[in-house]
Amino acid sequence: MNGSDETLLDDVDETVRVRFIVNGRKVACEVAPRETLVDCLRNALELTGTHAGCEMGACGACLVQLDGRAVHACLMFAVQADGAKIDTIEGLTESGAIADLQAEFHRRNALQCGFCTPGMLVNAHELLTQIARPSREEIRDALSGNYCRCTGYEAIIDAIDAVAKARSEEGGAT
Amino acid sequence: MKARAFSYFRAATIDQALDAHARAGDDARFIAGGQSLVPALSLRLQAPRLLIDITHIDALRGVRREGSYLRIGALTRHCEMLSEPLIAEFAPLLAAAAPFVAHPAIRNRGTFGGSVALADPASEFPAMTLAIDAEIEIAGPAGHRRVKADDFFIDLFETALQPGELVTAIHVPLFRADQRFAFDELARRRGDYALVGCGILATCAGDRIDDIRISFFSVGNTPTRVKGTEATLIGASLDPVRIAAAQAALEGDLAPPDSDEVPPAMRLHLARVLLGRLLGRLGEGA
Repeated sequence: MNGSDETLLDDVDETVRVRFIVNGRKVACEVAPRETLVDCLRNALELTGTHAGCEMGACGACLVQLDGRAVHACLMFAVQADGAKIDTIEGLTESGAIADLQAEFHRRNALQCGFCTPGMLVNAHELLTQIARPSREEIRDALSGNYCRCTGYEAIIDAIDAVAKARSEEGGAT
Repeated sequence: MKARAFSYFRAATIDQALDAHARAGDDARFIAGGQSLVPALSLRLQAPRLLIDITHIDALRGVRREGSYLRIGALTRHCEMLSEPLIAEFAPLLAAAAPFVAHPAIRNRGTFGGSVALADPASEFPAMTLAIDAEIEIAGPAGHRRVKADDFFIDLFETALQPGELVTAIHVPLFRADQRFAFDELARRRGDYALVGCGILATCAGDRIDDIRISFFSVGNTPTRVKGTEATLIGASLDPVRIAAAQAALEGDLAPPDSDEVPPAMRLHLARVLLGRLLGRLGEGA
């Protein structure tokens, strides 16, 4: 610690004001720099649909959309997301964008305890946005970062596959 | 686990970032994608007092041709390595490796420069910079410099980067019509770290190999070029006898570390299997 500039470091324990557009609404909150985005969403904004699982980027329970792309909310600090557009499972649900995925997950029992489901849905939504008709192999590959501890994978893949087919048949693949 | 408290500074320029690092007495870390750094902070493997966010520095962005090189900005995300047409055309080995880097959501945040700077010996991109003879562009208190990938990776997570220095871009010699490439890795599950992985860039005259660079990952403390094995292939065509000789030569180049999960002999065997497959593909012109 030679020659460190304490003026740069004196806010170590202080909070910072950050602003996001979360689920289409402008929000501002005070966060400590060490606070992860998932903690900010759950604690400060009370959006508990985003789940904190491994907090290491391995399980995928915390996936949200940041500026339109799926990211791990546990692998970034809320301060890094200052100014960003964030869509959580609550926002995606309200918008109706994933209503068919949710219905198909329900119909095929592709959720058991439901803990992994928000992340699975965010991931499936992103996959189907990029590839209209993924193969089962591509679905498995895309889900490789999402853990389901109830071993519901087969039904999850069935559900995503069925939605991809249905959307294509409607000619409305997004 | 949660990170220790730190201050956060969002830099707008390279100079601001370097200046902030210097003022923090080197008790600082740069953060871009953070897909490796954030877990390390959460586990308190690292506990800097200052985090300098370089994500908003425009000079670190973009992919463009500069003379006989492709300049890939450090902030280029892994998902862009997959989708950027210039990379597919002029650095196809990197595009081939990109789908193997972690999972889609990690690829949406993780950066190419961050991966190279971290130098994880099990990661795809650091090893591929060796295979393609890339140069690492670095900015630091003493100015800018470029270091060849061959001289960049020193030991486990140790590189030629000095404290306070920042990887700003990777320069890749443009892929040519007389070159061939191949990439693959063996992992227990897609997206996991590879048990062993390899990328090859060869310059050919017809079927004859004029030059070849073979780089492995997950086989030691650093990304690893196998120069003895490369030497057995120069001036020859890739027939089965020559490929078998190259596979045998690997033993002189690789000394995989012992681990409970994968004994050295098994890793060496897997490296031979992988090399055989990749040279076979190269021989077919793939």
